[in-house]
Amino acid sequence: MSIASPTNTSHGSYEKFPWKHILGFVLSLALTFIALWLVLSIHMPPRILITLLVFLAILQVFVQFLFFMHIGEGYRPGYHISMILFAFFTVFVVVAASIWIMSFASMPSMVS
Amino acid sequence: MSMSLDVHGLPQSRVSNTVETPLEFSTEEGSLKIFGFWAFLAQDMILFATLFATYLILHNHTAGGPTSKDLFDVKGFVIETVLLLTSSFTCGLATFEMRKGNVKGTIGWLMVTVLLGMGFVGMEVSEFIHNVSIGATISRSAFLTGFYTLVGTHGSHVSLGILWMILIMIQLWRRGINAVTARKVFIIGLYWHFLDVVWVFIFTAVYLTGRVL
Repeated sequence: MSIASPTNTSHGSYEKFPWKHILGFVLSLALTFIALWLVLSIHMPPRILITLLVFLAILQVFVQFLFFMHIGEGYRPGYHISMILFAFFTVFVVVAASIWIMSFASMPSMVS
Repeated sequence: MSMSLDVHGLPQSRVSNTVETPLEFSTEEGSLKIFGFWAFLAQDMILFATLFATYLILHNHTAGGPTSKDLFDVKGFVIETVLLLTSSFTCGLATFEMRKGNVKGTIGWLMVTVLLGMGFVGMEVSEFIHNVSIGATISRSAFLTGFYTLVGTHGSHVSLGILWMILIMIQLWRRGINAVTARKVFIIGLYWHFLDVVWVFIFTAVYLTGRVL
């Protein structure tokens, strides 16, 4: 996890100019506007479009966690990272499994 | 990786080389509180997951009332998104200045972050007021109940974050940057970036998807 461990790179990356933050900001804006452009300008089947949108949102999460939240820093960051990965897993199960289960209901739902 | 620990349970390498250890991690208390805050974020993520699941399942249950395509205004939610993304960036710059030991820079960027956050909350409140004025209230349909609960919970997190950040700015002004205030700045930063992550999913799963389905 060298990308997220500026604590190990002597003190170079924090002394001069916040390049990492600017790169993160530009990436987050780019991802947002790509998603918006896909929705407003490109016609494609909803299932493919939504898959792309979720993929872009996940990239956006990586930008926030790596560029801004410094998840790899601190005393034994493996504990932070494993805890957050477990939360991601739980989030995925709660959201995906709920939608899947409710797709069996007779009522109209988002994924019907 | 077997590291030898000192009496405080911190690795020797970090203690002996304080130049490389950010101030907020320099004490055992600071490290533990930051760890504890990551635990809070992990559980808050799961709270939001339940609200997202509820909203997505109820999205089409509009009971003959307004649908997401009727309600969502592209220009409005794009401006809200840009405000929040920018505030996440300026909050990152506050942490950057804090690590350089620059109190005024830290307070200044936190102030910019607070103003952007207020702009975001203001836009969200006016969006809700507009919705209610055309009859799209929280009790109109299951879709709107899910919508207001999810987006409103995020908005109340942001509002709380603004109050919290103002208090930290006052403390920074009075006490300067030390191991305790540095840890507080770092933690409010984690909270703020986390809210940006949640908003990215609201932007994607609620607003953008609501224009498609």
